[in-house]
Amino acid sequence: MTVKVHRFNEEKQINTIEKFEVKKENSTVLDTLIDIKEQQDSSLTFRCGCSSGVCGSCAVRVNGVEKLACKTNINENDLIEPLKYVKVIKDLVVDLAFEKEVLTRPKAYIQKYKEEEITPKDEKLIDRQSNCILCQSCYSSCPVFEVNKDFLGPYSLSRVLRYVNDKKEHEEKEKIDLIQTNGIWDCTLCGNCTIVCPQFIDPKTDIMNLRMKSLKYGYTDPNAMSFGGGMDFGFNPNGF
Amino acid sequence: MVDVLVVGSGGAGLSAALNAKYEGCEVLVLSKTHPTHSQTSQAQAGINAVINDQNDSVDCHIQDTLKSAHKLGNETIIKDVCQNAKDTITWLDEIAVPFSRNEHNQIAQRQMGGSTNKRACYSSDYTGLKIIHTLYDNCLKQDIQFLNEYILLNIIVENNEAKGVIALDITTGVIKEILAKKIILASGGYGGLYTGHTTNSYATTGEVINIAFNAGCKLSNMEFVQFHPTTLINSNVLVSESARGEGGYLVTCDGVRFVDELRPRDEVARAISKKLQNREKVYLDLRHLGLEKINEAMPQERRLAYEFLGIKIEEELLPINPAAHYTMGGIQTNEAALTNIENLYACGECAQHGIHGANRLGGNSLLEIIAFGKIAGEHAAKEAKKSMNPSVISNQLEINKSECENLYDYPNEINFYEIKHELGRILFEKVGLFRNEEDLSAALEKIELWQEQYTKMGIGDKSKCYNKNLVEFIEFKHMLELSNIIVNCALNRKESRGAHFRNDFPKENEKYAKQTIAYEINQEFQLEFEDVV
Repeated sequence: MTVKVHRFNEEKQINTIEKFEVKKENSTVLDTLIDIKEQQDSSLTFRCGCSSGVCGSCAVRVNGVEKLACKTNINENDLIEPLKYVKVIKDLVVDLAFEKEVLTRPKAYIQKYKEEEITPKDEKLIDRQSNCILCQSCYSSCPVFEVNKDFLGPYSLSRVLRYVNDKKEHEEKEKIDLIQTNGIWDCTLCGNCTIVCPQFIDPKTDIMNLRMKSLKYGYTDPNAMSFGGGMDFGFNPNGF
Repeated sequence: MVDVLVVGSGGAGLSAALNAKYEGCEVLVLSKTHPTHSQTSQAQAGINAVINDQNDSVDCHIQDTLKSAHKLGNETIIKDVCQNAKDTITWLDEIAVPFSRNEHNQIAQRQMGGSTNKRACYSSDYTGLKIIHTLYDNCLKQDIQFLNEYILLNIIVENNEAKGVIALDITTGVIKEILAKKIILASGGYGGLYTGHTTNSYATTGEVINIAFNAGCKLSNMEFVQFHPTTLINSNVLVSESARGEGGYLVTCDGVRFVDELRPRDEVARAISKKLQNREKVYLDLRHLGLEKINEAMPQERRLAYEFLGIKIEEELLPINPAAHYTMGGIQTNEAALTNIENLYACGECAQHGIHGANRLGGNSLLEIIAFGKIAGEHAAKEAKKSMNPSVISNQLEINKSECENLYDYPNEINFYEIKHELGRILFEKVGLFRNEEDLSAALEKIELWQEQYTKMGIGDKSKCYNKNLVEFIEFKHMLELSNIIVNCALNRKESRGAHFRNDFPKENEKYAKQTIAYEINQEFQLEFEDVV
């Protein structure tokens, strides 16, 4: 079986698609990458960790779609590439330095604890969002980054909602303030993030929820006033 | 130069970092992976604490832990951790870990094997994931500095004082010296040595423990490796103990139960292993729990079973096998998480704090990493404030640089990846659930041979930038050395106790109710038994 991997090595000036013949069928993308590395080319570079879909380190694009390598079956002629909109360090390894920035900018953490009775329903409200494994799949799938590199991105905003909806958080308003610029209104609601999330988180709906909350706090949709401002009616540049 | 340097960014490392930061210290976290990629994310079932005296008591928690430790648990430390467990949960709850709630709006708790009560607080079956991410969020809030994707190469120790570390920046290939007043090792265990037979992350290779040993640290109880009874067949993906805690059965292909599912992990794993040795398949039967209960209590397991095996656990039997899961042994510490080297702490799974002894209770490891992370972080920070900046005389940096440079020139005649798989298989077969003198000796012989052959191995990737091949080759050297220590410890303990089961000495022997200590004097390997105090 043939698989193709996008190789990149700045030091050796390599930037090419390389084909590998692999024996293993019925195995995962990660197993295949490991097999190539151990048996054919030990310079093949990729991240991996738990191999059970929870550490979030092995996200790549398989035939253009973001996947966790450890949970995705390999098929003939598959093309494995690094994630998009981030700097590639080597082969499938991308620079994750931006993650800290997109999480700290909107203060995606508890700022001030307040004691509240938490019901199972309250906890359920933030259950899905707090399953995020920061695999970066949604970020790579998001077309907004084509035009706006400063966009906070899907996982950052889902994490903001997780803390805004957390009854323990006393300062939820400030988070709402911080996501108005390069945040919720920049999203095109294309839903790519929701499709690719391996944890079944739905950042698109989370962003719509944050928009509703923002309206309640007196913010207005900056797109609503401008011509063709139908971004939030589900306009989708990718046609999904 | 920093006040407190934390090596490792799992639950123990981040707990240590946060607590040191709360004390007002400058904290730096150096980590081989990104923080949220750590193995803590894999912990599913829960974290033990008595939070409601009406149904449970701290004394029961202490007794359960002591019983599971088979006389190798340190009673004073266990008491301390169990008594403070409620505060540990309160802290996690207040920094926003979203613990599941019960119908009375209290933190929900579930039953775990070996526990007399429902004592494990949980967040569905993503407890570890939600804890590590919440800790990470809090680290960002506290502006804690990270050096991600650095592998530790050495600890600088002069006159029995730790002064800093040497580490390789994986991304750039540059080797750096980082000095610190206090160093906390929080690098995880060594379950990853059992390649192909482990639930552990590919990153859990134990090199920091071996580096600590080479730097003069005492290691303790290294022969005690816990095998999780239920992992998905072949892929060894963990099926949490919550599956049995919530009422799942272990059955053979004809649907017959053969073991009390809530016995401690070592007993259950051995019972399963015996069936497998007789070529009988073993399954986890969750069908009677019903879809609603499964979705509520173990959504992750349902998903993993489907994704990895195509099995719907509410309808079908789930084939399982045991795999290396947790390592009780590690760097010996005292009650303040200090090692025998000044300024050097260890916490979490890389350490041997005296809590788990011969066998760990489910739900006690998350408790240990958070509790001892706090102890280490606070103690190190308070002491750092009183300490002078370290000054280093030796030239460890240059030594490590040239050692690393030499690795590029190794001939690469033997594929070390193949040996790594072979090591995993040998360890699982001969240093696994059932052990005996002959098997252990044969394993040791193999390991020693591979250690001799290390210079014939090598790397194919000669680049500097993000050389994972080099990183794995460095890890592998430590894996071999650590395996050697483990087998020696296992050979030396001529009895069966907890997770260490010897077919040739199947009974617990009072003479061995002591902890194993391994250390070096003048590069001579020393092994002795020490009373548990």
